[in-house]
Amino acid sequence: MTSSTAIAFAIGVPLLGTLLILLHKRYPNIREAITLGTAATLFLIVLSILPEVLAGERPNLTFIEFLPGISIAFEVEPLGMLFAMIASGLWIVTTFYSIGYMRGHHEKNQTRFYACFAIAISSTMGICFAGNMLTLFIFYEVLTLSTYPLVAHHQSPEAKAAGRVYLGILIGTSIGFLLLAILWTWHLTGTLDFEEGGILSGKADGPLAGILLFLYMYGIGKAALMPIHRWLPAAMVAPTPVSALLHAVAVVKAGVFSVVKVIVYIFGTDFLSSIHHDDWLMYVAAFTLVAASCVALTKDNLKARLAYSTISQLSYVILGAALATSAGVLGSGMHIAMHAFGKITLFFCAGAIMVASHKTEISQMDGLGRRMPFTFIAFAIGAMCVIGLPPMGGSWSKWYLMVGSADAGHFIFIIVLIISSLLNVAYLLPIVGRGFFRPAPPETNDGNHQDHSHAGIKEAPAFCLFAMAISSAGCIALFFFADRIIKLLEPVAKAAG
Amino acid sequence: MVAHFPALLVIIPLIGAPICMLVRVRDWSWAVATICTWASFAISWLLLQQVISDGSISYQMGGWAPPIGIEYRIDMANAFVMLIVTGIGSVIMPYARESVRAEYGVRRVYFFYTSYLLCFCGLLGVAATGDAFNLFVFLEINSLATYVLVGMGKDRRALTAAYQYLVLGTIGATFIVIGIGLLYAETGTLNMYDLADRIEKVGASRTIGAAFAFLVVGISLKLALFPLHLWLPNAYTYAPSMVSAFLAATATKVAVYVLLRFLFSVFNIELTFDVLPLDYIFAALAVIAMFAASTVAIFQENLKRMLAYSSVAQIGYIVLGISLHNAAGVTASVLHLFNHAIIKGGMFLALGCIVYRLGTVNIHHLQGIGRRMPLTTAALVTGGLGLIGVPLTAGFVSKWYLVIAAIEKGWWPLGLLVLLSSLLAVVYVWRIVEVAYMKPVPENAEQVEEAPSSLLFPTFILIGASIYFGIDTDLPLDAAIETAKQLTGNGE
Repeated sequence: MTSSTAIAFAIGVPLLGTLLILLHKRYPNIREAITLGTAATLFLIVLSILPEVLAGERPNLTFIEFLPGISIAFEVEPLGMLFAMIASGLWIVTTFYSIGYMRGHHEKNQTRFYACFAIAISSTMGICFAGNMLTLFIFYEVLTLSTYPLVAHHQSPEAKAAGRVYLGILIGTSIGFLLLAILWTWHLTGTLDFEEGGILSGKADGPLAGILLFLYMYGIGKAALMPIHRWLPAAMVAPTPVSALLHAVAVVKAGVFSVVKVIVYIFGTDFLSSIHHDDWLMYVAAFTLVAASCVALTKDNLKARLAYSTISQLSYVILGAALATSAGVLGSGMHIAMHAFGKITLFFCAGAIMVASHKTEISQMDGLGRRMPFTFIAFAIGAMCVIGLPPMGGSWSKWYLMVGSADAGHFIFIIVLIISSLLNVAYLLPIVGRGFFRPAPPETNDGNHQDHSHAGIKEAPAFCLFAMAISSAGCIALFFFADRIIKLLEPVAKAAG
Repeated sequence: MVAHFPALLVIIPLIGAPICMLVRVRDWSWAVATICTWASFAISWLLLQQVISDGSISYQMGGWAPPIGIEYRIDMANAFVMLIVTGIGSVIMPYARESVRAEYGVRRVYFFYTSYLLCFCGLLGVAATGDAFNLFVFLEINSLATYVLVGMGKDRRALTAAYQYLVLGTIGATFIVIGIGLLYAETGTLNMYDLADRIEKVGASRTIGAAFAFLVVGISLKLALFPLHLWLPNAYTYAPSMVSAFLAATATKVAVYVLLRFLFSVFNIELTFDVLPLDYIFAALAVIAMFAASTVAIFQENLKRMLAYSSVAQIGYIVLGISLHNAAGVTASVLHLFNHAIIKGGMFLALGCIVYRLGTVNIHHLQGIGRRMPLTTAALVTGGLGLIGVPLTAGFVSKWYLVIAAIEKGWWPLGLLVLLSSLLAVVYVWRIVEVAYMKPVPENAEQVEEAPSSLLFPTFILIGASIYFGIDTDLPLDAAIETAKQLTGNGE
């Protein structure tokens, strides 16, 4: 299999999986086996492209030229390669988790769930490998549309309302701003291809470049820059596997990935640092980073707290790219990977707690850790990865982001990053502490009130535990094997320097 | 034979109409109408090929030389429009049989197909002719037949809708004939190409200005430009499903063609847009149409009426492209003419399938329709994505060109407005999605099955085309670019 066909398969295999899933809706076991098989196949396909990319090649594939000069084209470059490996690899893990969660929680419409999930992954692969901005945009929109049924999965009024917020913000920003920016870029440059050094350099001068940057950054709603972040907390009504893979990894990372792509390959870091109309982006990212952490502190609902934490962590990636230095871009790329493993672990734990104990509020979790020690240990590992404590992968990306700030001469952002890390500690670790060290609430035996005690709570289904084990092992492994990622991303970082 | 194609195109349906009237055995009149439509389609396809290879064709009716005789002049612009009209008609005819039988009955079905053929013939005549008065005659043939077709709807309100359309349509036609009369008074000719030459010589005299004003207002009424769209929502809502689909896809499109023909070919660009500030007027009205009509569409309970208001908004996009009066803008308009015809035609057909089974398209009766009629609903929603302009649908391509044209012109805020107004389309399309897929089927709902394949198949052809032409854009794009070149090149 050549790499070009591998690209086509990476997008086609999940779609084929969708079809098979729909055909086997009456046989849950076969359906889930198909999902697992598809996920594993996809991961192998993506891995098969890796050696070529490491060797410095850029496998590409052009489908159709659907407007003169614009085609649906794919080109694999290191950032996309990294993102594709994370998304496809974690899909396998999430599928195991989904089986445990969806069955344990007796969810309805499971076929639709698995089918839409596969479409979402297919479009994520399209985003990863997109060779020009329009291709990226198309898959970006497909991703939004295919995740809507997952967000509104419960079909309750609140789920539908959340679905509307989700769709409204994401479609609104992408059509209103992103598409306009793309069209404008096309008008100015006559190309939409991702090129090293950017395509806008010399074509757009000062204020216009600033306007374009604004349109791009707020057009990519999935990056959840404040104040267009509200869709992410809204999306938390979805079943937890969706929150875990899509709203901690695929969808949000697609957002920041697009941001990095735009900055590195459309604007070009040299051009961006020369125009002086980009400083606002760093400050907005820094503000989002701190403000979202502060909001997270106030949330008692575990998933809501994690959602705000995600918003904050996404801005790390944007900040790194906006710094437009070699280390900053490297830190951005690494943080996409590190945060993916950390946050998915946290969401797995949140879902496991929900399945096992039906508890969603942090204040109800006193002493729960002694009942579910495995879950809470995994939570601690994930939390440390997000905070950036060794020996977890997250420490590396934060290190490079700080180096990047220093290189750019913006020392203030080092302070911002440190403050944010402290806030991370403040909103994540107390949950672990509560679980293990606080006394459990006493048993109440009058049947009228809801029983807040932990009697009869056991660990979540084995499928869930297995997934948590893998992802938390990943957090630790990334600390020791971070050099592999650095090696992969080196060409991008070098170009940015 | 080949030389007579321009005339045959119009004559075949014109002769077919009385034949329909005579063939009263069951629905044999349907067969006559279908054969005529398909024959016209074949001819218009051949004509387009001929125009592409040899340039425009001039046909002298009865051998009388223009400007005395009536000339049919086929160039890229009308060859393309005729292809749209006949193409849509050919797809809809197989659909018509079952749908009309259900909504109008079989007893006097020959009336229906006679009117349809006259309507069809009128549209083709308007497009083919190169004579201003002949154009008016065909416009009237088309309009009168359309009033009858609208009045054939099952709902009794169809009659008031037809009457309303009759009154407004007649006002429009009167304006047009006054305009043509004034032109004749000033120049002494009715042949459009002759008119163009003479108007250039006369310049912007007061008579020419008055003629221009009457023509623009009259045609704008025909194409339902905001605020002259009042006839449209009722007509589309209460007409039989097949008629709604046919009208939405073709009638306003031909009127747009007439507007293009007069603005760019008969009057020249300088006169239209420099002497008279029509570009600003059109741009303003188009933007209001895009927002106001889309907003009204959001609050409609009857989905046919919702699509009707959406049509008014979509006509806004087409007129906006015209108001830019550069090659890119006209390209976008002509492209959207084609794309919107396919999309809206397909969506009305899908609604017709629902009417066939449920007898209503009120949104409150469609809860869970996605589970009861999955294929129809899928078609409806896919069409809706085209209306929004989601990438890989035809709607995206035309919006792409429209926004590029606005930026090229330097009116980039208009580009932003185009994109923002498509967000309103998201809202009204999403109402369908939520009701169809996110609501449970009501307990007491009667058992319905999927629409019969004779209805589904044409629906899917049009909806499939809206996807196909979103990916393979060659045919409409080349035709649109060529048309725009021809039209805008005229005055430069």
